[in-house]
Amino acid sequence: MNEFDDVPGLIEIVEKHAETTIVVEPASVIEAATWLRDEAGFNFLSDITAVDYLGWGEKGVSGYIGTAAGRDLNTPMTQGYQVVPLAKPQRFAINYHLLSISERPRRVRLQTWLADGQPVQTVIPVWPTADWHEREAFDLMGITFTDHPNLERILLDDDWDGHPLRKDYPLGGEPVRFSGEK
Amino acid sequence: MTATAPRRTGAPIYEGTRIPSPIPTVLKTSRELEATGDILTINFGPNHPSTHGVLRLVVDLYGEDVTGLAAVIGYLHTGFEKNMEQKTWWKGIPYAPRIDYVSFQNNEYVFVGAVEKLLDIEVPPKAIWMRTALAELNRIHSHLVWLGTSALELGAISMFWYAFRERETILDLFELVTGYRMHTRYFQVGGLAEDIPRGFYPEARKFCEWMPKAIDDYETLLTRNKIWLERTEGLGLLSRDDAIALGQSGPVLRASGVDWDLRKTEPYLAYHQVDFRVPVMQTGDVYARYLVHMAEMRESVRIVEQCLDRLEHMEGEPWIADDRKVVLPPREELHTSMESLIHHFKIVTEGFRVPEGEVYFAIESPRGELGCYICSDGGPKPWRVKFRAPSFVALEATATCMHEALIADMIAIVGSLDTVMGEVDR
Repeated sequence: MNEFDDVPGLIEIVEKHAETTIVVEPASVIEAATWLRDEAGFNFLSDITAVDYLGWGEKGVSGYIGTAAGRDLNTPMTQGYQVVPLAKPQRFAINYHLLSISERPRRVRLQTWLADGQPVQTVIPVWPTADWHEREAFDLMGITFTDHPNLERILLDDDWDGHPLRKDYPLGGEPVRFSGEK
Repeated sequence: MTATAPRRTGAPIYEGTRIPSPIPTVLKTSRELEATGDILTINFGPNHPSTHGVLRLVVDLYGEDVTGLAAVIGYLHTGFEKNMEQKTWWKGIPYAPRIDYVSFQNNEYVFVGAVEKLLDIEVPPKAIWMRTALAELNRIHSHLVWLGTSALELGAISMFWYAFRERETILDLFELVTGYRMHTRYFQVGGLAEDIPRGFYPEARKFCEWMPKAIDDYETLLTRNKIWLERTEGLGLLSRDDAIALGQSGPVLRASGVDWDLRKTEPYLAYHQVDFRVPVMQTGDVYARYLVHMAEMRESVRIVEQCLDRLEHMEGEPWIADDRKVVLPPREELHTSMESLIHHFKIVTEGFRVPEGEVYFAIESPRGELGCYICSDGGPKPWRVKFRAPSFVALEATATCMHEALIADMIAIVGSLDTVMGEVDR
């Protein structure tokens, strides 16, 4: 019996590294957020972090310097961490780091999983501070937040192409034209 | 406009909420005012001496009244988080302090601390106490830069020289210990990069003796200064509820009457073993934020003194964990031990591995809650690094604080939020 069992749209509760992660359906993020604020006292949104899991665990673990795809030197892995991580349910994870500013300070992570292009409801009505955090996730990771009143790029130029924190965003440099090329 | 806020009465700073709707971070000029045709829209910044970097404010003015405001950021975006994904964990450490170049030591700690949380590695006491001492010296440094520049913007030019005089002493202390004045890269995963030089203690003692007198001097110049009071009192009001809803933290939150400091509520490093007070003000204005900063500097000096008391008795103790899978072996062993040479080679070329998982680690930086989220797939490079920057969140409150402000007040209000643009844009 966990006190978060009644969170709307709950999929699972993960306890790891001394942190609690509440995974919910993307459709019920706003209900879960409201529940956590009103019923559990999480009145403070610390941060929203989007993570791109494209290529997670496909070619061993992330790499030796200089190999773009991953590490293939010296397999099997040494140092006791040979295990390739388990696959993730979807490509993107959105993590809402919540804090309770009260007599009982504690933290929890609200997490939801999205496919590429799948939108999620904005949590501005629950925590107004979400405004810029969501704009940042949109700008750098390309997550769409429905009903956000001002979903525009925030850190990059308005006419920037692509979302740089995605794992498939090309790294390094401008395309080079060589002599003799048309 | 001489609105005086209720002082220490327990009454709310203002009724209801002032957070603009529907966009919480943009103050919109009312239709009636716009219809007058007298609204002047100006670009304040991005290159203006009082924006603490490159902040652009698009301001609607009706005469001298600020009627609309939108903050535009991103001019200093350098892609720290993406860069750190391409580096091994230990090569990512120098990036962290450069994000907030004023509270560099705290930023360095938050990243190292997050990696240590995921590694579940034990740090020796000497390193913990030294980290606490340096984090607090860095807090004084950051508050001094804030005080000097904010006072300068409001016309108190001599304050700038006094504050930077003491700042110089602190940087000398950093140089003495680490060899660098800023961005020291002194914190290593598992402890400190080098042992503490003995000369540090007497020099730090001298500083701790001098600093309270210097703060007395600053307060003599400002705290009862009529001009200072008129420029700061009752301005940039932020109520308790609005501050929490807008995610404010650090001195801004404490100036709005919330007794909240992560050093007390979620103690990290040695903060549960030192005696210090958390200053809280009730009026939620620029003046209250100033008073919180001043009181915090005094408390930080006390913490540094307590750290020195402990450190002086730790001569000869280890300063870094003895975990050869993570920590570089002592240099002299490389000539005699094959295993040490292998460990050294593996850590330097490939980097150490961090177990799979994700953690969020938060500390009280001089600007508020500084968080670091890291995600590892079990390899020697981070899968994702994200910083929760308190300055980024502080700027979200500009529209709310700017209620009925004049253009000259805007400088005081933006300054009081204590933002560092490097951290805002990352």
